[in-house]
Amino acid sequence: MRFSRLLIATTVALSLASPLSAKTLRWASVGDALTLDPHAQNEGPTAAMNQHIYDPLIQRDPSLKKIPNLALSWKPIAPTVWEFKLRPNVKFSDGTPFTADDVVFSITRVLSPTSDFKTYLASVKEAKAIDPLTVQLITDGPNPILPDQLTNIFIMSKAWSEKNNVTKPQSYKDKEETFAVRNAMGTGPFMVKQRDPDIKTVLVKNPNYWGKDEFKDYPDELVYTPIKEPATRVAALISGQLDFVLDVQLQDVARVKQTPGLKTLESAQIRAIFFGLDVGSPELKYSDVKGKNPFADKRVREAMYKAIDINAIKTKVMRNFASPAGIITSQGVNGWTKELGARPPYDIAGAKKLMADTGYPSGFKVTLDCPNDRYNNDEAICQAVVGMLAQIGIQIDLQARSKTLHFPKLQKKDSSFYLLGWGVPTLDSHYVFSFMYQTNDGKKNGSWNFTGYSDPKLDALVEKMAQETDIEKRDGLIADAWKISRESNAYLPLHDQVIVWSMSDKVDMPIFATDSPYFRYAKMK
Amino acid sequence: MLSFLVSRLLQAAAVMIAVSFLCFVLFNFVGDPINNMVGQEATPAERAELRHQLGLDDPVPIQFVRFLGNAAVGNFGKSYRMARPVEQLIIERLPATLELVFCGALLALLLGIPLGVLTALRRDTWDTRAVMTFSLAGVAMPTFVSGILLIYIFSVECTGWVAWLGLPTGLCLPSFGRGETVKIGWWSSGLFTGAGLKALILPSATLALFQMTLVLRLVRSEMLEVLRTDYIKFARARGLTNRAVHFRHALKNTLLPVITVIGLQIGGLIAFSIITETVFQWPGMGQLFIQSVQFADIPVMAAYLVMISFFFVTINLIVDLTYAVIDPRLRVDRARAVGNAH
Repeated sequence: MRFSRLLIATTVALSLASPLSAKTLRWASVGDALTLDPHAQNEGPTAAMNQHIYDPLIQRDPSLKKIPNLALSWKPIAPTVWEFKLRPNVKFSDGTPFTADDVVFSITRVLSPTSDFKTYLASVKEAKAIDPLTVQLITDGPNPILPDQLTNIFIMSKAWSEKNNVTKPQSYKDKEETFAVRNAMGTGPFMVKQRDPDIKTVLVKNPNYWGKDEFKDYPDELVYTPIKEPATRVAALISGQLDFVLDVQLQDVARVKQTPGLKTLESAQIRAIFFGLDVGSPELKYSDVKGKNPFADKRVREAMYKAIDINAIKTKVMRNFASPAGIITSQGVNGWTKELGARPPYDIAGAKKLMADTGYPSGFKVTLDCPNDRYNNDEAICQAVVGMLAQIGIQIDLQARSKTLHFPKLQKKDSSFYLLGWGVPTLDSHYVFSFMYQTNDGKKNGSWNFTGYSDPKLDALVEKMAQETDIEKRDGLIADAWKISRESNAYLPLHDQVIVWSMSDKVDMPIFATDSPYFRYAKMK
Repeated sequence: MLSFLVSRLLQAAAVMIAVSFLCFVLFNFVGDPINNMVGQEATPAERAELRHQLGLDDPVPIQFVRFLGNAAVGNFGKSYRMARPVEQLIIERLPATLELVFCGALLALLLGIPLGVLTALRRDTWDTRAVMTFSLAGVAMPTFVSGILLIYIFSVECTGWVAWLGLPTGLCLPSFGRGETVKIGWWSSGLFTGAGLKALILPSATLALFQMTLVLRLVRSEMLEVLRTDYIKFARARGLTNRAVHFRHALKNTLLPVITVIGLQIGGLIAFSIITETVFQWPGMGQLFIQSVQFADIPVMAAYLVMISFFFVTINLIVDLTYAVIDPRLRVDRARAVGNAH
């Protein structure tokens, strides 16, 4: 049954795509999307695949500005009501029309218990269809960043979902695989032709795409292969078996640049890498200092900050694919400023002097926990810092682990000193504060704040900025909050990762700082 | 014979249970799958809820009994990573691995045996020395190095050379994947298309390299041994041709231990194709396993390890049994031993 349906879809797709001038873009990255169900897995590669099939209401353009997609305009009409005017004459790839009912259905689906995106819409109480092209979202309080949050929410077809019994996102406890895991029905620029998870995924142009007049030249077909081994990925690109590789290893970038017919694009990623320090515990769990916590002393933190030679890390460890950071978020996030992004200078003499004043003139021992398969050169960064901090007498026992062990260890608050990276999908500072700085109450707030850092003044600012709808006032709150948190040094910022996309000269496309390629913008020669 | 068979089967069953228990206990140390399954935004309560849904908060013995009960009926649960039934994932991946192993083993035998014979017969010539030096490299070089080396020569550098010679780039070999496959029932095969066969060359050569040198060296040393025995001298004294002496008498007696070793190596080939599959992005079971380890996808890891140990135990059992059948001396010994007991 499913096979025959697939066969029909394939034949339709084949007959519609013009075979003569078909342009195929073959691309690869390290890991495949986990599922095509757009609400089941909140994960980068999964969203990168699904955004070609499904559209959000509001979208980010290559400069990360919000632009209309399925919604043409949006505005708050009351403190707790946002109204969205939908794009007319949009069809799903099976030709059925897109209406407000599909939006209400999708929002409701996102809010269901098995969804992995419900945190994005935690403020939404209800979605209402006013007429076929108008939708209202009712929130439990004023929410100025709802449009930003909606850029991560994809819209599904209500009729298709009901027909295939996928009105709820796939759930882990169900024994059955749902239809939406390997099949999809969206309004996006592409539709699924073949989906073999971890092996090969073929997307073809959606003949009913609403944007086909605006985006004329994008490829007719996308062939995606996940290639785990970095050397194989580069080899396949150099030998012309691929047109685009998302994640060439940093040490191979020079090789790609030298190869005629290939080019690279670079951008600072919206992901800051930093160290977290346990500043809250009365005694560090993994240190030789007993009865007190050296990290609780602000001067120790400042000394450590000054002792980190960020330029050495940038040039030697990161091969210049990093941009040093002064706060734990990146350029492009609302609230980031040049002043905040500037670091205090590397100053080993000053650091030594500070340490001498603190009561730890001969330093102390502490364990540093570090992932070894999550961020660019993560373990190497930690190794470099071990040597730098040894200069001010802090002896580090480095424990590098796989991310599947590192993150649970952090979440058990079982670390005194750790490396972490944090991306910001909403592109707003509130996201950073509410996860990293707010007091960890074990429930909603500060759920990734494992430092024990807690400042009631900052907490109050974060609560206020979540509800403040006046943009200017809100930006003021954000600036105040950054001032407090930056001075606390509860985290020691390192850098923003720089991403490098490698591709054939035949491909012309913009890079996204979110590290998520969007082939609607690609042109092929 | 029957008691021998029964005791072997019991041993095999004991090994299987021990292995499944061991891998089950090990999985408690590979990390927490929950983090990979939910986004960074999930609250602690949501994480606890999911852990409870999956039964990961039950005591280990209860989890193990549940696992054994399900495994006995071929139900290994659902992959945490792909949200699909594990047995279905494995069945999809099995053909790729088996075809790769088959071609690798075939290549190893077809090259290893003749080369072994040749180097045994033509001792102290330059070509033998060349082959033996090469075989040393084959034994010593790790699979990931030889795989990358083959990709570098036959996919990357090759494009430059064929362009220089004015030949089509199609002569170079693909560096990843299975090429084109056709479906025969549920079995997806790359053996029937040009692209599929082409894609098989580099991975199976990589997989075969170590096995081939092993066979080569084994055949050579056995052959040298056999050539020194008395019956070969008598055969020569009878005036038989060199061909008859070498191939009818010497090679035949050489092959017995070779077959045993190969039998055991096939299990190893299936298990160790992991590296070759990773290097060539070969969509087989080994790759599935590696990805599951990184994700802490316990159901897939458990099913894979249980299945591989099942292969090993079965192949061992068959080798044990056939050994008794093939080698007449073993049969005689046992009959005599039984006779004495009475």
